[in-house]
Amino acid sequence: MEFSDWTSFGYLIAAALFIFGLKKLGHPRTAPRGNQLGAMGMLVAVVTTILEMQLADAKAEWGLIIAGLVLGSLIGYWMAVKVEMTGMPELVALFNGFGGAASALVALSETWRYIEGSALPTGLQLTVTMVAAGLSALVGWMTLTGSLLAMLKLKGGVEVFGKWIKTPTWGPSWLNGVKVLLIIAAFGLIYYGIDNPTDKNVIFGLIAVSSILGILLVLPIGGADMPVVVSLLNSLSGIAAAFTGFIINNSVLIVAGSLVGASGLILTFIMCKAMNRTLPDVLFKAFGGSGEKESLTRTKVGSDADEVAMMIDGAQKVIIVPGYGMAVSQCQHQVKEFADLIADKYDTEVAYAIHPVAGRMPGHMNVLLAEANVPYEQLIEMDEINPEFPDCDVALVIGANDTTNPAARTGEGPLAGMPIIDADQARTVVIIKRSLSVGYAGVDNDLFYMDKTMMMFGDGKKMMTELNNAIKEA
Amino acid sequence: MTPELLIGSITLFVLSIFLGFELITKVPATLHTPLMSGANAISGISIVGALIGANVAYEGGDTAVSGILAFVAVVLAMINVVGGFAVTNRMLNMIAGKKKGGA
Repeated sequence: MEFSDWTSFGYLIAAALFIFGLKKLGHPRTAPRGNQLGAMGMLVAVVTTILEMQLADAKAEWGLIIAGLVLGSLIGYWMAVKVEMTGMPELVALFNGFGGAASALVALSETWRYIEGSALPTGLQLTVTMVAAGLSALVGWMTLTGSLLAMLKLKGGVEVFGKWIKTPTWGPSWLNGVKVLLIIAAFGLIYYGIDNPTDKNVIFGLIAVSSILGILLVLPIGGADMPVVVSLLNSLSGIAAAFTGFIINNSVLIVAGSLVGASGLILTFIMCKAMNRTLPDVLFKAFGGSGEKESLTRTKVGSDADEVAMMIDGAQKVIIVPGYGMAVSQCQHQVKEFADLIADKYDTEVAYAIHPVAGRMPGHMNVLLAEANVPYEQLIEMDEINPEFPDCDVALVIGANDTTNPAARTGEGPLAGMPIIDADQARTVVIIKRSLSVGYAGVDNDLFYMDKTMMMFGDGKKMMTELNNAIKEA
Repeated sequence: MTPELLIGSITLFVLSIFLGFELITKVPATLHTPLMSGANAISGISIVGALIGANVAYEGGDTAVSGILAFVAVVLAMINVVGGFAVTNRMLNMIAGKKKGGA
């Protein structure tokens, strides 16, 4: 057999590993295995490619290529190991942007070669190369700028010269028209590029148009919907890789890229459904944090740890409702300690209510609580636990806001239709939060002002520690 | 490139998309983020394109700019791949650890 036959065989194995990997990633029991299979597939693909390059002809600049491989691996591994659990969503968005940029750069490198004097392909090959490179550039640069903006939005802002600048959310409805025009412009440029493959202006124009499109796509979308957008961008980066595969006639790029593109899109729909929203709503109707935040006119007297400890003394059932505040203050260990304390001391039944989009990513709370060794059976998803709130003595809300806001039930405002945790049905509600300020969606929360609600104002970790001490002393 | 080759590639593209749609059906919310992150690492497959691109560019002789572009692509794709799988592994370990803790 020729080398190229062996190469195709190697790519086939890689593609099969990706398919099994993705399949297994969707089930809790097999997910770690799925991830390993995916990584193995990638290793097979890379080794196959390197072997083919080495065997086919040894002109390659191995020093530089290996330096690139090692450098990228070290940076990637370092970032993945160093990141705090709270920063994980941002990191996924960043990696995704890099993937999109890599595809776009491969396309750019390929077209730039012709500008630098490499012989142009002819006929069908030229058309396919230019169209695929154009599409890859369009999707790839869009993924890069969109992901970077999504990352900044997940962070909430960026620090420039010591000043905290909040990431803006802005999207009048005429902006949708601009997006359509930009897409038409991009297709126009790609079409023009077929006949003018060495025109630098076409390339720069396409990069500019695509980059602006990525920013405009994410700019109007509020924080609560950001996970959906990151998932969509993930799907796009797969598609970009598939287009790159067309440029260099590479089967594994086409297969893996379109697999990720399609499964990423399905995951995006699943996530939308969990939030009771549709994808067009998310993308084209600005939501959350868009308007001016309502000025607060109501006030609420705060409670201290001793008062709350008294309420919890004798409670038969406590449901803990964690939110992004728990992630920010990293108080999951204190929360676990609290649950153990009351289970020991008062024989209280403890459960955790997990909202599908609590935090900044689906599953964010599960990961944090798992880190603190909270038993899996105590983490209960929203639909299952909501009927239990009327029998619950105390609902302890830690840094959650929009996901408990009864305003979502009214069918009006930015939160309308979003399913919420029925914390307001509990006999007593204790809320640990730094202030009465509004959440990501920018809607005031009536739950804070109810008579049965006790607010503990302060950082999650500090408040939980105080509460634990108060219970120990009681 | 022959038309047959192009048709073959397009067939592969379309069938893979259908397969991708079928692969993911019902995913518990816990796994949304790890799945997204794992799929994202797989989309780092553009590393293969970057490697081939780098090779071709260096062969071409006077194509320094293409070579640099491909080199940057190799680095970025590798960050995506290694970082993506590593971070997914970290997330999943926590979920798995939790189950052992609960038993």
